[in-house]
Amino acid sequence: MTNASTNFINIGERTNVTGSAKFRKLIEKDDYDTALDVARQQVENGAQIIDINMDEGLLDSEKAMVKYLNLIAAEPDISRVPVMIDSSKWSVIEQGLKCVQGKSIVNSISLKEGEEPFLEQARKIRDYGAATVVMAFDEDGQADTADRKFEICERAYNLLREKLDFPPEDIIFDPNVFAVATGIEEHNNYGVEFIEATRRIRENLPHAHVSGGISNLSFSFRGNNYVREAMHSVFLFHAIKAGLDMGIVNAGQLVVYDDIPEDLREKVEDVILNRRDDATDRLLEAAEGFRGEGGKKQAQDLSWREQEVYARITHALVNGINAYIEEDTEEARQKAERPLHVIEGPLMDGMNVVGDLFGAGKMFLPQVVKSARVMKQAVNYLLPYMEEEKRLNGTEDAKANGKILMATVKGDVHDIGKNIVGVVLQCNNYEVIDLGVMVPAQTIIEKAIEEKVDVVGLSGLITPSLDEMVTMASEMERQGFDIPLLIGGATTSRIHTAVKINPHYKKGQAVYVTDASRAVGVVSKLLSDEGTSYKTDIRESYHVMAEKHLQGQEKKRRLSLSDARRNAVKADWTAEPPTEPTFIGTKTFEDYDLKVLRDYIDWTPFFATWEMNGQYPRILKDDKLGEAATSLFTDAQEMLDKMIAEKWVKANGVIGLWPANSEGDDIIVYDDENRNSERARLYSLRQQIARSNDRANAALSDFIAPVSSGVKDYIGGFAVTAGLGEQERVMAFNEAGDDYSKILVSALADRLAEAFAEHMHARVRREFWPYAADETLGSDELIGEKYRGIRPAPGYPAQPDHTEKETLFALLNAEQQTGISLTESYAMWPGSSVSGLYFSHPESFYFGVGKIEKDQVEDYAKRKGWSLETAEKWLSPILNYIPA
Amino acid sequence: MTNRTDEFIKACNERILIIDGAMGTMIQRYKLGEADYRGDRFKDWPSDVKGNNDLLSLTQPEIIKEIHGEYLAAGADIIETNTFNGTTISMADYGMEELAYEINVEAAKVAKRAALEWTEKTPEKPRFVAGAVGPTNRTASISPDVNNPGYRNVTFDELVEAYSAQTKGLIEGGVDVILIETIFDTLNAKAAGFAVLQVFEELGLKLPILISGTITDLSGRNLSGQTPEAFFYSMRHLKPFSIGLNCSFGAEQLRPAIQELHKVADCNISAYPNAGLPNEMGEYDETPDEMAAKIEGWAKEGMINMIGGCCGSTPAHIAAIAKAVAPYKPRVTPEVPVKMRLSGLEPFVHA
Repeated sequence: MTNASTNFINIGERTNVTGSAKFRKLIEKDDYDTALDVARQQVENGAQIIDINMDEGLLDSEKAMVKYLNLIAAEPDISRVPVMIDSSKWSVIEQGLKCVQGKSIVNSISLKEGEEPFLEQARKIRDYGAATVVMAFDEDGQADTADRKFEICERAYNLLREKLDFPPEDIIFDPNVFAVATGIEEHNNYGVEFIEATRRIRENLPHAHVSGGISNLSFSFRGNNYVREAMHSVFLFHAIKAGLDMGIVNAGQLVVYDDIPEDLREKVEDVILNRRDDATDRLLEAAEGFRGEGGKKQAQDLSWREQEVYARITHALVNGINAYIEEDTEEARQKAERPLHVIEGPLMDGMNVVGDLFGAGKMFLPQVVKSARVMKQAVNYLLPYMEEEKRLNGTEDAKANGKILMATVKGDVHDIGKNIVGVVLQCNNYEVIDLGVMVPAQTIIEKAIEEKVDVVGLSGLITPSLDEMVTMASEMERQGFDIPLLIGGATTSRIHTAVKINPHYKKGQAVYVTDASRAVGVVSKLLSDEGTSYKTDIRESYHVMAEKHLQGQEKKRRLSLSDARRNAVKADWTAEPPTEPTFIGTKTFEDYDLKVLRDYIDWTPFFATWEMNGQYPRILKDDKLGEAATSLFTDAQEMLDKMIAEKWVKANGVIGLWPANSEGDDIIVYDDENRNSERARLYSLRQQIARSNDRANAALSDFIAPVSSGVKDYIGGFAVTAGLGEQERVMAFNEAGDDYSKILVSALADRLAEAFAEHMHARVRREFWPYAADETLGSDELIGEKYRGIRPAPGYPAQPDHTEKETLFALLNAEQQTGISLTESYAMWPGSSVSGLYFSHPESFYFGVGKIEKDQVEDYAKRKGWSLETAEKWLSPILNYIPA
Repeated sequence: MTNRTDEFIKACNERILIIDGAMGTMIQRYKLGEADYRGDRFKDWPSDVKGNNDLLSLTQPEIIKEIHGEYLAAGADIIETNTFNGTTISMADYGMEELAYEINVEAAKVAKRAALEWTEKTPEKPRFVAGAVGPTNRTASISPDVNNPGYRNVTFDELVEAYSAQTKGLIEGGVDVILIETIFDTLNAKAAGFAVLQVFEELGLKLPILISGTITDLSGRNLSGQTPEAFFYSMRHLKPFSIGLNCSFGAEQLRPAIQELHKVADCNISAYPNAGLPNEMGEYDETPDEMAAKIEGWAKEGMINMIGGCCGSTPAHIAAIAKAVAPYKPRVTPEVPVKMRLSGLEPFVHA
């Protein structure tokens, strides 16, 4: 790279068919993919703008320019920088300007054909929204002396300013870099003339810039790259001092001015500055000695192996490379007094770097988890040495920053998020005791006492877990705990923690943690000297939130249940009669082909699991996340290959289709077409939000024809899993200390289960209940839910009561048919399972019930044969009032 | 520059101007059917036209005027013409390319009538009509085909042609300013800007150009990938009277992007966010007071010159916003140093 000031812009020159034979061949061969790599490499090498030139006699330059620019637009890692549209043909430039959304630079226009075309082109450039390079070229030809160069530039400047009000900062002059040391005496002063013209332009034409195509300068030294680079470097050094502030250079190939051997530098300087008559001869002579050395090779991937061992360890941790970690750990161990010192020294230092980068948003979760895997491997390597030492001397273990007990609460099975938090904490030298999933309160309490932990962390994904957390807080209060209680997981929230959990744990403090990236900050503050004041702050803010929440509750007007029912969805039952399913009853699918399901995976939520938010596939190209996302995606594909080939998991499913009609807000499921014997009754909940528009207050029962209509309607149900066998894999990875793979396999099993649900729904619509037999949606459109009908799941917004799963499972005989069971909180086990109901009506849609009033809770309790208290317990997350 | 332009600039210097709210939300309230959309004139039109809201300026002008009236009554200084889809490109969905010009003329006239009525009622608060130039349903810098990233379904020239016709229609109908809005692909907007400049040149006049982009995800970029600052630099050659953002999200999520523009823009700033984020049913349910409370903060910090509402907002929202920002002074346009300001997806500034 150059040692030029930061005020000098590098414009990448390799995407130029006239300057790069390699690029020209790629374009001629129509190999645009590789041609894009050329641009990408330049940006990576530090080009701040890339120059694109397609001026080659045999090419359709306009077409090539348009195609290349359009392709670049789809590559965020390239198109993040502005482009320079470079052509001697105005038509090519204009076509290029029509393809770029950014503000670019045109290279170039000039007074060669006179003032009129010059101004007409400049006006268009201004209106297309670009800056422009103006060559020092007029009706009389190209300027070669400083006087002529400046004169033409001044004339062009005045025309642009006076006739077009062209912004002066968007004018860039190119006073022509010509070859020196050609053997022709008149050429010897070209370098000096350029530098002098540059100085005058910068002094006299306010805000205008000066640029140049630097490689012309050394044309006579073709074949001797080292000398050419030295000439460019020396020329830039002097021209930049005079005010050159842009240049078309190969950003990857420029020697540092100070690194040029002194005798060569002096000879080059003599040539550039035209200091002696024999300068050219002397340089030619000296150049022979440098022929063939060429530009320095680009940094090899393994160059980090040459660093000293501590730096290597840090590199391996930051980059998640485990290939050399044992050998490096061994080397560090031999240097250290005790094996423990390797952990406390280089390994923790490296992890601190990881922690800092993560905190600064420069590393992302999957990378951190990979770092942790390397760390664990290093620690495992050291363990036998530490045990040996302990046996001999009885020395103590490493001291962790604190001890954290983590668990997914009773009745809940979801733990990917909790595992990620655990890994991140471990990376920061906290000891983490993970009790796993479905852990009863008492077990957590006993373990907390036994291990003398500093913090307890609870996780949950389904709504009943919220209550379980409240129970846990009350229990901790009752048993005299005062350590912090961390709350996290998909259904938890700061407001729930403040309103429902915090008041039950007055001796200690409940703290909501948004995501894994926050966990370390929260824990370290809690356990630091400022812990007490931090807790007081949280407590106060929770109080304020709770009070505001109470006030806010009164503001939201709700309809009475009877009014809401009057505003039910008025579906049209007469338009077309419901389609009859091809069978009545259930159908089981055992060991479903995972290869089929793979195509139905929606990857966007997969990345969200890793706290990387962005749409797939765009996320793979995201400026910030792209690299981490791509690497995670590659790992995921590899593991998925294995999961399928080696049958790590088994996918089972069952679907059911039955005659059904609605009665009020209930859905009656009949044994058969006679519709006189009720097989089961599904209960639905109705929105009570007061509308300011004409939308209905929906309940799922609105999508099934009422008994009174006489229409023969149907309902479906399903339960699918892709998690059979997952647990064995998780445990194996756990034992191997490979948290990364452990989390990955769970996340993939989850995705396969969702894919199974999507795929099965498609088959139901097309095959088993063929109301959309001619549907031809691709997997992308399925993910976008563009099809007719819905498949809402009990426990989710359209029917927030998890207990409805019991009825669904009984109808499907799901446990026996698929191996999925329900916990006491109605979570499905294995966790990678999905269940729900099928509705076919064309007007059916997904909705959220939202908060409901006491009148509906009473009514619902009566319908389900529950006490009011039971109903309030299961519906607690959606109550619009505080139960007695 | 016309007298109206001077008046507009004067009003904008004096106070934070209020832009109207959503047109679509209001039209829905009328529960118009296919026959209403067709009116007499298009009763035999071969395809369905229900949902072609821009057509209502021809078939139900009184409804459109009534909606404008409601927003003006709520305190809007600027009403947008009902021409979001009034280009030949968008009208092609209904086979109504030929009508695009007329739709713009009539929409501008209807809005003008409504604005004049209110200007007469409240002469101390003159009302203005912004000719709304929408994004069209195509993208000039994004391929609709993932397997062919170099492909485009619309060209710059096609966009310029469509936008020229729209701009001419709007000007003929009497709009006071041109508002290029809901820009998700900056290249479309550059084509619109190019067309507007051409039309100005052709007609020998100039109106203030207002520009409003839209952010499409929480990374804070538009659909074509630009950051707000980069987007501003791509549009700055139009010497816009204002730059801003609309639609996108609710006020809360839009705030960082507005702040980014606030830091760099040497022109006025406008914003008209949605009424919150859509809920699980795709409805916007932020109440007027909630929305106004969030926006009040912007006014208080001197970040805005023009403010209004987009999807889901109603006259009640606009009234609440107008009331909330009334006590505050508009943003003072800062002087920015003269530098070359280029952009790719990201801004690039060079002294």
